[in-house]
Amino acid sequence: MTATGTFLSFLWLIPLFPLATAALMLFVGRRIPKAGVSLLCVGSVALSFVCGVGAVFQLLAADPEYRVSQQILFEWLTPGPMQMSAGHTVPFVADWGFLLDPLSCVMVLVVTGVGLLIHIYSVGYMTHEGGYYRFFGYMNLFMFAMLTLVLANNMLLMFVGWEGVGLCSYLLIGFYFLKKSAADAGKKAFIVNRIGDAGFILGILLVAGTLGTIRFTAQGLPDSGGYSGILEALRTAVSSGTLGYGAPALTAIALLLFVGAAGKSAQIPLYVWLPDAMEGPTPVSALIHAATMVTAGVYMVVRMNAVYQLAPFAMDVVAVVGAVTAIFAASIALVQNDIKKVLAYSTISQLGYMFLALGVGAFTAGIFHLMTHAFFKALLFLGAGSVIHAMSGEQDIRKMGGLWNKIPVTAKTFLIATLAIAGIFPFAGFFSKDEILGSSFDRYRSLWLVGFVTAGMTAFYMFRLLFLTFFGYSRADEHVEKHIHESPPSMTVPLVILAGLSVIGGWIGWPGSLGGENRFERFLEPVLTGAVSETGTVKIAHHGLATEYFLMLLSLSIAGAGIWLAYQFYQTKRIAPEVAAAKWPRLYDVLVHKYYVDEIYDAVFVNRVKDLGTWLGVFDAKVIDGLGVDGTGWLARSGSKLSMWWDKWVIDGLLNLGAKMMQLLSYPVRLLQTGVLSSYAMLILIGLVVLLAYYGHHMHVLLRGAR
Amino acid sequence: MLPIGHYLFLSFALFVIGVIGVITRRNVIVVLMSVELILNAVNINLVAFSRLYGDVAGQVFALFIIADAAAEAAVGLGIIIAFFRNRETVLADEMDLLKW
Repeated sequence: MTATGTFLSFLWLIPLFPLATAALMLFVGRRIPKAGVSLLCVGSVALSFVCGVGAVFQLLAADPEYRVSQQILFEWLTPGPMQMSAGHTVPFVADWGFLLDPLSCVMVLVVTGVGLLIHIYSVGYMTHEGGYYRFFGYMNLFMFAMLTLVLANNMLLMFVGWEGVGLCSYLLIGFYFLKKSAADAGKKAFIVNRIGDAGFILGILLVAGTLGTIRFTAQGLPDSGGYSGILEALRTAVSSGTLGYGAPALTAIALLLFVGAAGKSAQIPLYVWLPDAMEGPTPVSALIHAATMVTAGVYMVVRMNAVYQLAPFAMDVVAVVGAVTAIFAASIALVQNDIKKVLAYSTISQLGYMFLALGVGAFTAGIFHLMTHAFFKALLFLGAGSVIHAMSGEQDIRKMGGLWNKIPVTAKTFLIATLAIAGIFPFAGFFSKDEILGSSFDRYRSLWLVGFVTAGMTAFYMFRLLFLTFFGYSRADEHVEKHIHESPPSMTVPLVILAGLSVIGGWIGWPGSLGGENRFERFLEPVLTGAVSETGTVKIAHHGLATEYFLMLLSLSIAGAGIWLAYQFYQTKRIAPEVAAAKWPRLYDVLVHKYYVDEIYDAVFVNRVKDLGTWLGVFDAKVIDGLGVDGTGWLARSGSKLSMWWDKWVIDGLLNLGAKMMQLLSYPVRLLQTGVLSSYAMLILIGLVVLLAYYGHHMHVLLRGAR
Repeated sequence: MLPIGHYLFLSFALFVIGVIGVITRRNVIVVLMSVELILNAVNINLVAFSRLYGDVAGQVFALFIIADAAAEAAVGLGIIIAFFRNRETVLADEMDLLKW
């Protein structure tokens, strides 16, 4: 049975609702009262969520192999000839079309669902902030862009969403734009993402040039239309032998796309923007920089899995970068004191996990972790926001403590999220992390070890955060202490719902070894068929049940060890953190300063770019302005001087010559005009006499006649 | 009846006196009076010829000239008074504004 239904044929409504309210907010939002803003903006996301759920259910009604719904709204870039790298030309087209398959189902549900909860939370969190409508306008614009990204049926439209979320990320990080650090953080995020985007767009061009199409798949489109997609083109190329396993073109595509993914999903070396992005309001950190946008890179790699499966070298790069990022960011998180910074590095670390999963070929595990991470990390950020709210804006965990009884709902949900991210059974994080670790154990033991150690570190820094924030004695000053209060229901209800999801969210991927059937993996399988059935997913030599149990026990015990260590450090104080820091001062210093990466980047890249700017400034002043502008000015001045000389001596000279002639000629006439009345009378008389003398004979005749 | 030559001689004499007055006198009022003399010389001429030819048109003309002279005297004296107020002089050789 194929997938049909009302919701499926109106897929485009999902991104449209937030776009409409975003436009409304950004154009006339100032005049809409706060209640109206909340109602419209939360309502539109709720409508998107409803449409999304409806569409997913209608898709689920179909048989697994027919679970693809694709519709092309209109041709966006109309067909034009494009020369392929092989030499022949093909018609190139980009549509404005939407694709709903199991993969985008997961993303749509996560984005709209978690997005809706965060929107509701924001109503409470942002009440006292200025620019309420602006905040919600940007948030809804973000929802539109993110939904366009996950629903796009081709790479170019995906890139539109990709840039859209980048823009909204920039706008929302710099939401408090009067604060210099916030404005700088926004710029940093934008610029670092540009580097990744350059790789992405080169990847798109290379896909177009190699495969002749940028549409992901032709599935779900009528056969008669002659549509082709990347998947189909790859299959044709592989069966005809033009491209094969490990083909350089495919490896190049995969690596370029991964550059884009690393930028958006904050992987080494492009992760530096994410910690700074915490300058934005906390719901933004939860929605954009934890749950949705930063996972776009993971989604994109899974979306292009057909290419990656044929590019083993790129896969290894992804796995290594992911693993290194995971342990690197986790080690920084161990010593951070800002509640949001800890969570930011934790996010980078967890994203590293996801890429590790993708790199070892466990695409479903990556997406599974993406989903569970969206639940518990959004919850952690929202909980942190609730804590910050209660602490009158304080973010330093050294000045917290003892909040367990004062803000009970926040504290309990935070504990659940912490257990989930630490990977404790049966919370959501356990299942997804275990799947990742299991997959990497089969492929690269060394990478498994890295992920395994990271899991321990994760448990340690999260429980360190938990103990310092909620337990022990309060270290806040009296003024703050007096104001501590639980957040309003609009904030706590989303916390509770997300806490529920953090508990049960992993159960849909309940592994076979524990008596489940991993429905999640089966659900996603149709998307991951790949271009060649034999290569399929990169074949993993599946381990036995005993190994699986052993691995589970191992990850549980390292998580337990991390928790125990955090307990000893920060709860019983049996080991003082200061002593440990003093024992390894160099290590501690490096960690506190985040491996000096920002400083190194400043020295190697930022300042070099600034030097280039200075040099260009001098070049501009000396060469462009000096030689070009001033030179032209000098030329014009000299030319006009010449022209002036010509004008003065030749044109004016001719005129003056005429005037001088006139003056000369008129000189004798002037003598007559004395201005003396009597002389005029005299002249009149003389004239009369002359006239009489001349006409005298007439006078004579006249007089004679008279006689 | 006196022959026309007498009238013409009188007219000519008056005319010449008038012209000499206009040309030589400095006082503009005297110049104006001399102009009156010239006009009256013309009048005598007209009336004399009118009588000679028995054509009354000449006498009508003379009447017009008398009226014209009165008007001219009024305007002329007005100009002189206005000029005197500005320049405090009625001497013709000081009225050199015609040449700028």
